[in-house]
Amino acid sequence: MLRDALLVAGKDLRIELRSRVAIGQVVPFALVVLLLFGLALGPSVGRGSVLYSAAAGLFWIAVLLATVLGVQRSFSIEAVDGASDGLRLSGLDPAGIFLGKAAAIGCELLVLELILALASALLYDRPLTGAVLLLATCAVATVGLVAIGTLYGAVSLGARQRETLLPLLFFPMVAPLLLAATKSWEEAYGTSGHQGTGWLDVLAVFAVAYLAIGTVAFGPLLEDA
Amino acid sequence: MIPVISLRDVVALSGRFPLLAGVTLDVQQCEIVHLRGANGAGKSSLLRMLSGLVPITAGSAMVLGHDLVVDRISVRRELALLGHASFLYDDLTVEDNVRFALRASRAEGARASRAEGARASRAEGARASRAEGAAGSLTGADGAQQALARLGLAGRLRTTRVSRLSAGQRRRAAIAVVVARRPRLWLLDEPHAGLDASGRLLVDELVLEARDAGATIVFASHELDNAERLADRTVEVSGGRVVEVANEAPGATPLVDGVVGEPAHEEDIGVDVA
Amino acid sequence: MSLTTTTLDEQLDDDAPITVAVETGAFRRSTNPRRSKTRGEQIIAIVGALGLIGMVFTVWLGLWITPPDEFMGNLVRLLYVHPAIAWVMYLAYGGAFLSSLAYLWRRTRSPKWDRLAGSFAEVGVVFTGLTLVTGSIWGRPTWGAWWTWDPLLTTTALLFVLYLGYLAVRRIPGDPEVCARRSAIAALVAFVDVPICYFSVLWWRSLHQAPTVDDPINGKTYIHGSMAWTLLLSFVALTLVFSWLVAQRYRLYNLAALEEEQGLSYALDERRSEGAESTVGGNVMSGTSS
Repeated sequence: MLRDALLVAGKDLRIELRSRVAIGQVVPFALVVLLLFGLALGPSVGRGSVLYSAAAGLFWIAVLLATVLGVQRSFSIEAVDGASDGLRLSGLDPAGIFLGKAAAIGCELLVLELILALASALLYDRPLTGAVLLLATCAVATVGLVAIGTLYGAVSLGARQRETLLPLLFFPMVAPLLLAATKSWEEAYGTSGHQGTGWLDVLAVFAVAYLAIGTVAFGPLLEDA
Repeated sequence: MIPVISLRDVVALSGRFPLLAGVTLDVQQCEIVHLRGANGAGKSSLLRMLSGLVPITAGSAMVLGHDLVVDRISVRRELALLGHASFLYDDLTVEDNVRFALRASRAEGARASRAEGARASRAEGARASRAEGAAGSLTGADGAQQALARLGLAGRLRTTRVSRLSAGQRRRAAIAVVVARRPRLWLLDEPHAGLDASGRLLVDELVLEARDAGATIVFASHELDNAERLADRTVEVSGGRVVEVANEAPGATPLVDGVVGEPAHEEDIGVDVA
Repeated sequence: MSLTTTTLDEQLDDDAPITVAVETGAFRRSTNPRRSKTRGEQIIAIVGALGLIGMVFTVWLGLWITPPDEFMGNLVRLLYVHPAIAWVMYLAYGGAFLSSLAYLWRRTRSPKWDRLAGSFAEVGVVFTGLTLVTGSIWGRPTWGAWWTWDPLLTTTALLFVLYLGYLAVRRIPGDPEVCARRSAIAALVAFVDVPICYFSVLWWRSLHQAPTVDDPINGKTYIHGSMAWTLLLSFVALTLVFSWLVAQRYRLYNLAALEEEQGLSYALDERRSEGAESTVGGNVMSGTSS
């Protein structure tokens, strides 16, 4: 299973290197989202402004939106020529496919988060204090996000009324992740009253749970494309 | 001998539409079977069902010793389907694609062929252990190179992205994947389509070589002359069912094993069907 | 498998169309509109009638007979509606979860569980919407706001969207068995989210030490006498109505399946006759004989 996962992850990342869709389309999209938030909630920045207090939440919402795009891209690769059969015919272990795809999307997401974090620090005038906690939160939250995203990506694979299904399924499931990640970032910023890594632990639990569910449920869902 | 493929009244649905409406068919090992039929008759559906992609609603299907009604996933490692679509990744090179497909099927394939080696026939066993040896010592690069060379893709085309290839070259690349995997069962949907004359000859050669190595081949084709030369047996598919037709090869015995639809075939000749 | 061939050997000999039956005899009998009601249907009809009567009484008692609360005044009358609706919502989702489990478990696999899960989920979504609406109506005068980010309320809103997504998954076209399995998995995954949502929002609220505005039903309302009885009655009545609704939806699913099955025999025949026509054409043109 792990061997298959590495194979699939390598393949997906190689495709990304060649085609540069994530870096060329998804990252700019996320940056635009940050800008739009600024337009909607600005223009004042600095302490006391809406953008300042909302910076963590806005960052994570942008990440969530970008995740949907990333998942859609990851699965549209498999459906070229109208053939989503290729993956199923390949003989790969479905759990391995799941982990591999999730890992590839995760790598792309981490890069995106790095860029977005810097951008949001700039745009919302909010210094990135507590960097270790910020990074840890990103890492763990990403695991949970890609797990659910990849799982539902399998459902939305293929045509026939399915492309718009992904956001509808994805967002309610990751709402708790959004909550926990935002609060964890605010702890890093030092603005929440509560000290410590409590929310990070919560995130870790979600991440593990979603990863487990995804590994098991992905196979049957992939069959039904 | 246990047939490689054994179908009894298989019904397969797509939503409400019956792709297959009761297929009965037997294919022995090392047979080359040609599927013939009008557009929409069910040839492609039959091939896809054999590869385990289409769920079976009724009837029974045994392929390569796997019961497709119970488990249609594990059989896929032992066969290869060449479909209308190419199953290739556009952004990767030809070589990347073949390597990936080879390694994807290799992990289980190597294990399977080791188990096979113990009970395979002599000819096949020798070949299997040779293939195994190649697989064991290298990561499949050798197999990939051989397949690419065979299909005329070894030169500049090897490192070209699939998106830049012509349709015919893409077809060759897809065939290279099948050849590299060395499956026990080849399911080919219009293998000659999109290929030039030399390509078609090549496909015929590959099919015959595979058969000599112990594989079984089932292919669908509209090119009747080509196909009938190549095939041991022709099978007519129509209305989602199968009607046996004997090949004109001398000495070939027509198959009359109580197949559903055979009476219908006789009725059809010269009879007004409402 | 949801379809099995019947009397195959007989049909093989005379090339009769292969009919494919969805279920066994009982099902076929139950969907014939002309015969009298079966036992099951009689029970459901009684349940529905009782539920209706119960609701009428609840409304009567709730609106006219019971006294207004000392704190909330007439607003407390929502007590006879909102908690029961919320309870039914949980029943529905629990039912959908268990039915999906039953479908996925090999030993009890049968399309009826899938239909039951769908029925539960649909009714559940309706009642979730009602929960949100009645909760909001109650909340406005009580808290001064249409909404508050209370763990219960927020989880309910997420539940609503989650199961709307589940219903969307059910609607994806495909082979019946494939759809059923996919929906069952989606139901299980969605169900897992429910406690997660609840606890994370709970923690969120508690950490923020926001003014603890309780969900009205947890508020300090002394329930006694006629109010208690009415409350109990509302629960019973709504549960009956809920059961009736689920049964009706289930029946609709069965009818749809029957229609598909009949359509299938017809489609099989049509499909085969396609072949007969083209064979005739081919033989005439090529002049071969068999």
